[in-house]
Amino acid sequence: MSNNDKAKFAFYWASSCGGCEIAVVDIDAVILDVAALGDIVFWPCATDFKYKDVEGYDDGFIDITFFNGAIRNDHEEHVAKLLRQKSKVMIAFGACSGLGGIPGLGNFYTTEELFQQAFEHSPSTVNPDNVRPQPSYDVPEGTVTIPAILDSVRALDQVVQVEYYIPGCPPQPQWIAAAVTAYAEGKLPPPGAVIAGESTVCDECPREKSDEKSITEIKRIHLVENDPEKCLLEQGIMCCGPATRSGCEAACVVAGQACRGCFGPTDEVVDMGAKLVSSIASIAVPETQEEIDALMAQVDDPAGYFYRFSLPTSMLFRSIHDMTEGQ
Amino acid sequence: MVKLTIDGQPVEVEDGTTVYNAAKELEIEIPTLCYSDYLEPYAGCRLCTVKIEDGNGGYLATSCSLEATDGMAVVTDDEDVRHARKMVLELLLAKCPTVETLQELGAEYGIDKSRFEPPPKPEPEGEEDEGVIEAKEDRCILCGLCTRICEQRVEAYAISMAERGGDSFVTPPYEQPSPDCIACGACASICPTGSAKVYDRFNREIIHPELTLASNSAVRFATKQAVPNVPTVHHEDCIHFHQMENGDGLDACRICEEACPKECIDLDSEDELVEAEVGAIIVATGFETFDPTPIKEYGYGRLPNVITSLEFELMCRADGMTEGNVYMENGEKPGSIAIIHCVGSRDRNYHTYCSRVCCMYSLKFAHLIKEKSEADVFQFYIDMRSPGKDYEEFYDRLLEEGVIFVRGRGAEVTDIAERPEEDGKLIVQCEDTLVGSFRRIPVDMVVLSVALSPAADADATRRVFSIGCGGEGFFKERHPKLAPVSTTTDGVFISGACQGPKDIPDSVAQGSAAAAQALSLIDRGKVEIEPITASIDEDVCSGCKLCISLCPYTAIEFDEEKEISVVNTVLCKGCGTCAGACPSGAANQRHFKDKQLLSQIEGVLA
Repeated sequence: MSNNDKAKFAFYWASSCGGCEIAVVDIDAVILDVAALGDIVFWPCATDFKYKDVEGYDDGFIDITFFNGAIRNDHEEHVAKLLRQKSKVMIAFGACSGLGGIPGLGNFYTTEELFQQAFEHSPSTVNPDNVRPQPSYDVPEGTVTIPAILDSVRALDQVVQVEYYIPGCPPQPQWIAAAVTAYAEGKLPPPGAVIAGESTVCDECPREKSDEKSITEIKRIHLVENDPEKCLLEQGIMCCGPATRSGCEAACVVAGQACRGCFGPTDEVVDMGAKLVSSIASIAVPETQEEIDALMAQVDDPAGYFYRFSLPTSMLFRSIHDMTEGQ
Repeated sequence: MVKLTIDGQPVEVEDGTTVYNAAKELEIEIPTLCYSDYLEPYAGCRLCTVKIEDGNGGYLATSCSLEATDGMAVVTDDEDVRHARKMVLELLLAKCPTVETLQELGAEYGIDKSRFEPPPKPEPEGEEDEGVIEAKEDRCILCGLCTRICEQRVEAYAISMAERGGDSFVTPPYEQPSPDCIACGACASICPTGSAKVYDRFNREIIHPELTLASNSAVRFATKQAVPNVPTVHHEDCIHFHQMENGDGLDACRICEEACPKECIDLDSEDELVEAEVGAIIVATGFETFDPTPIKEYGYGRLPNVITSLEFELMCRADGMTEGNVYMENGEKPGSIAIIHCVGSRDRNYHTYCSRVCCMYSLKFAHLIKEKSEADVFQFYIDMRSPGKDYEEFYDRLLEEGVIFVRGRGAEVTDIAERPEEDGKLIVQCEDTLVGSFRRIPVDMVVLSVALSPAADADATRRVFSIGCGGEGFFKERHPKLAPVSTTTDGVFISGACQGPKDIPDSVAQGSAAAAQALSLIDRGKVEIEPITASIDEDVCSGCKLCISLCPYTAIEFDEEKEISVVNTVLCKGCGTCAGACPSGAANQRHFKDKQLLSQIEGVLA
């Protein structure tokens, strides 16, 4: 714990895969600038600070908290609120904390359905006694507690107030550096800003785009050989690039993969999945209901595809078909 | 130029002109059987023989092949000339006594009986040949017109003279059907005696021959009422174009070009795109009649004497090929005619809509038949729709004229007789819904009152003008009551059957309305544009070009410099298509942005 005038940074991981942590390290030499600029006062992945250390800080002690991961359980919710209280600036770091991310797809199911899959049905599970994890469990030595899972996955800003967003799965080093530099220079944008590009991936995509876009067939990228010079969407491959915020320098598309939309929508779009569906429908050629059904049948898991990173922050938020069941 | 006198009249003609043509200048007629303006002279018939004065009693020569020279004195009709021509005619008549042209000329030259015997006929060797061209009969005067036109104009070289002298005859090589023959019919058309004929060597039957009796000349008028009433060269029937495309680019025929005194025909002219700047456009691209071939149960194209309403109309036309008479395939007049309504209309298999005009034209047909013949007329109808002015009165009149109305859609037309009185007839089967029973009605002829369909290229047309169409493919007006001739594109109006099936009075009224609308627009000289348009946020647009092809008004262009899409607000109608389609949210409809709408919803729910 440091009491000098240097800035205080905190990093935290909630419901995430750990990729965002790697992204922080991935900023290479800039990490030294960060270290020079300030002290890291909390980083469970890399340092040994404890929760009680954080609890001991004054409110607003931390200058910036980089918070990655969605809010899946009550412990994450608690830590998010704690860090909010102790931080001047809260940054939703990565797609999960900003939009809900991949864990957010859990909102298509009830907690009970998720548990059934995880503890009964998954092919690698052997659980004849149907044992389920319990939030608290009495053993002779006392009571063991683990975090309790919440009904729905939420993005960070659905739990606490958030100043900035650095999107991406994971975030790109240049934008992490940009955020740190902006802080150092006192040039942070107005609160609420997304620290990334303003336009969409197409703006940075080097592939050739024609005026005539029409979809007669939807192809899966691993089943076809795509022309590296030509717009993927024009080749019938579902690319989320046109609806996804720029800033990644079209990394996936340049590497021959379709954009998956991890940077989220632009400032102008309220619901990214709905926007994508609306766009794709606009350029789909089929007109009769049968033809449309046949075309849409070529998209495996359309809801998961179009809302891959943004379900909890979309207008849908979650499926409600049987929310009351098993609760 | 050369100066000569013909029958004492002086005439000046160009160098190289024949005496025959020089005489034509003076309107002196010289008889000939082998001359054509469009072929090299052959001097084969010798009938154009004239006398050239040489101060020594003169000499005889064929005028078609003799070049006029300065100071030449020609006599076209005196005792010597007539004597020579008479001899020629006597010889020709000996060979071809049945040819009417020769008989008439013979009478003119005082021949009542030829002094000569016909030449002995060569015995046919083996079986009689079935050639495409049959010129071996004694109608052939060996004038060589057919062989010359085939060589010099058609350039097919399919026929020529075989043998010599009196044994000569016209034939394809080896007297076999010639693969070089393109069946153009030029030989038959130019033959002065009707000796050369073209016929179908496969003996194919034509179901209703009177309907194909239209002129098959490649240069023809579409109809006698066509406006403007000028003939056109029909590419598919033209010898020149046939040889161009199938004859290794042969530059054949071109007779029509030479024949036109005003030099109006240019076979080398090509289609050209004409660009015109206009203030308003009226789209009046019309309709097509429904082809009833897919309705197998009516047997159109399969059964003789089953014809469409338009074909019947052509037959009824006083100036048509049958001069207004209705004939069956065998040339006889029908004793009974069935008219089946709603063929392709009011039928969910084809068109669900009512074609509006069929009831009335079917009634007109019945009236025309009754006016001209004693034939029985049966009308097979679902509902009689006669809502126009005086239309119901016309229907009443037909009831009195004795037309038989059977209420029920014609179910089938068959030629399989079940009763003796049905033998050789067409039988219309239907459910008579007024009588409440099935009926079989034998008739001689069936007229199918076919539907009005949208033009086959209507979809391409409407895309050109960015106008909409309904489910059936007819162009859509902006508002069925308030803007019936306007479209969603300013300055583009529609009228006539391209907008929907309608009869002539309605089409004329609508056309006048469209013209008035167009005029008022032109007169004003300016247009009001839509205030609620789309806008594209320059910063957000990534130039994915998705919106460009979607815009129904072609109002979005791509700015190559900024690499973004830009809305032309003059063309934009604020339809919102681009706003819905734009994946980045850059395109928005002013006053209807997502955030505005959501705020409104929040306001309502608050």
